Amino acid sequence: MSIQANAKHQDPKVVFYNDPKIRSLFFQCFLLIAFLALFYFAYDNTVANLKKRNIAQGFAFWNVEAGFDISQTLIPYSAASSYGRAFWVGLLNTLLVSGLSIFFATIIGVVIGVLRLSKNWVVSRLAALYIEVFRNVPLLLVLYFWYGAVLSNLPEPRDSIAIPGDIWLNSRGLLVPRPVMLDQFWVVSLSVLLAVLAGIAVHRHARRKQAETGERLPAGWISTLLIVGVPLAVYFAVGQPLGLDLPVKGRFNINGGLNLAPELVAMVVGLSTYTAAFIAEAVRAGVVAVSKGQTEAAHSLGLTDGQTLRLVVMPQALRVIVPPLNSEFLSLTKNSSLGVSIGYPDLVNVFTGTVLNQTGQAVEMVSVTMLVYLTFSLLTSAFMNWFNTRVALVER
Amino acid sequence: MKKLIAAAVVAAASFGLVTGASAGTLDNVKAKGQLVCGANPGTAGFGVPDEKGNWTGLDVDYCRAIAAAIFNDPTKVKFVPLSSKDRFTALASGEVDVLIRNSTWTMSRETTLGVIWAGINFYDGQGFLVNKKLGVKSATDLDGATICVQQGTTTELNLADYFRATGKKYQVVTFGTSEEAVKAYDTGRCDAYTTDRSGLAADRLSMSKPDDHIILPEIISKEPLGPLVRQGDDQWLNLVKWVHYGLLVAEEDGITKANVDEKAKSDDPELKRVLGTDGKFGESLGLSNAWLVQIVKAVGNYGEIFERNVGPNTPLQLARASNALWNKGGLQYAPPIR
Repeated sequence: MSIQANAKHQDPKVVFYNDPKIRSLFFQCFLLIAFLALFYFAYDNTVANLKKRNIAQGFAFWNVEAGFDISQTLIPYSAASSYGRAFWVGLLNTLLVSGLSIFFATIIGVVIGVLRLSKNWVVSRLAALYIEVFRNVPLLLVLYFWYGAVLSNLPEPRDSIAIPGDIWLNSRGLLVPRPVMLDQFWVVSLSVLLAVLAGIAVHRHARRKQAETGERLPAGWISTLLIVGVPLAVYFAVGQPLGLDLPVKGRFNINGGLNLAPELVAMVVGLSTYTAAFIAEAVRAGVVAVSKGQTEAAHSLGLTDGQTLRLVVMPQALRVIVPPLNSEFLSLTKNSSLGVSIGYPDLVNVFTGTVLNQTGQAVEMVSVTMLVYLTFSLLTSAFMNWFNTRVALVER
Repeated sequence: MKKLIAAAVVAAASFGLVTGASAGTLDNVKAKGQLVCGANPGTAGFGVPDEKGNWTGLDVDYCRAIAAAIFNDPTKVKFVPLSSKDRFTALASGEVDVLIRNSTWTMSRETTLGVIWAGINFYDGQGFLVNKKLGVKSATDLDGATICVQQGTTTELNLADYFRATGKKYQVVTFGTSEEAVKAYDTGRCDAYTTDRSGLAADRLSMSKPDDHIILPEIISKEPLGPLVRQGDDQWLNLVKWVHYGLLVAEEDGITKANVDEKAKSDDPELKRVLGTDGKFGESLGLSNAWLVQIVKAVGNYGEIFERNVGPNTPLQLARASNALWNKGGLQYAPPIR
């Protein structure tokens, strides 16, 4: 009897508007349509308003000649290039400065964070001082400091500091010989790739051997030798296929070579020293979060301080460190938009700045720029999430 | 600030109602009780606030003249400092009522930005400022030089054009504001700084050693600077336009700050029309008939504004040159008030 009643209760023939599934589907569709309608209204209204105000719209400008120059271009660009190309120049400059800064900020941050926990009182205090100073000063001031107070004090081009090896340092940047790849250089590139692959294979083999026999191979040394030695040998074997474009003194500037402009240097130094303070705190939090018993246990096994940190503490600390690290990387990328204040030609400077002003199409520029930063952020997040699942504590 | 304005435009354009673009600016200004004027925060002689926050400059006096015409009180102006990059967006989005910020009148700006110029209050041209010790005597010597420039200007484009046309090489360093560009030039980041020559004269004064710098003789572009308003409000355009012409007519007729009351009593038919004792010229603009009397009492005529802010007796020491009246060999010419 009760079974029958139960069966009747689950009868699918309930009135459709009482079916929870259909209801939930209905409300979700309704919300989606309402959202799309709002979006369409905003779009339509924008177009109508801009038209009414005689403001140009659309992306026709993308292929129009830009007519202005950019100080740092990773891809060929001149005033005769299009606005679209200027966009890519700015985008790549943003990626360059963010990538370099993330790299250095992570290294500095980890070092400072570990030093902050040092048993040496002076070292620990100095690290704390660094963190407090950089965490509590606005980034813009940090950038002005490096650009306006430090780098601009370097000598003028005609009094450049000459460093042996055709390197010049002056207030317009650091000029180094630019390597020019000659015909046979691809052979060397290929050998680098092969050497790296061989190095990975050696590591795998060493790990398997240790698991099977307990015997440890000096895998680190072998792979280093491979990665450095093989390309070097190939390089000389095919007749040194690398030329140099040397910087030469001109009337105003030192021309040729590869110029690390002070804008780029100030941005990288400023962004990485600033973000490093936050990363250091994340690292410290992560290390502190590892129970003290772990360290004591490692010590009682006879591991050295360094080994304890590297093999026991850090792997456990990473699961605490990675999520805040992700948001620091995101902030750093977004903070790189301050470049315009010291003349660094990033995306916001070139595209949302000059291109916006020359075309006057604020809506298009701001939308595209927002989309770019959103994409950067989502990609960084995706990578960090993947990394996080790798370092997360595996619970059984 | 910059992002805020841009975001505001997007928001305003997206969700603002479709209304008659900006009709009734004069009524809005009257209702607000003050004129909101987009100004240059950092070019001595044209627009710059002093230590006490008092704004001075040729463009600033134009803002005051408009306020005097509307309210008979030149202090009823709110100055909004704008960088060259933000100025047009700020005007188009309605943040300011009028933009008087040494802005160059060009065709594309008028056809794509939704703005319209009301006149030319300063005829200018682009030049170069260099340090004397480089020994540069002419712009043709600048091959290979590094040049600092401010973003969002016609300057940026003229510079590229000039070097492309002459086939010379240069390196550009672009800054968001003129202060940043000038400071970078002063600290030796660049060999030359380029902007309108009036701006160069002003910026030279802000160098740590002004006498070390010279302005090169070449003028590489036409830079007609003037006040501009949003499109779609002809009444407001007329008002701003005729404040400018009124200042020129006042100079032409010898009406000055000192003698305006006396001239207003004159029986001369031209003076009677101009100063509002005859005809309804002010009312047709939506103002009082004594509009020009109010303006001249507050800021003087065009010549007085010029002499006070940028003339030979000011630090800028600019000659009238193209900015003299048409009958004195210059280009400043106003249609008659009749």
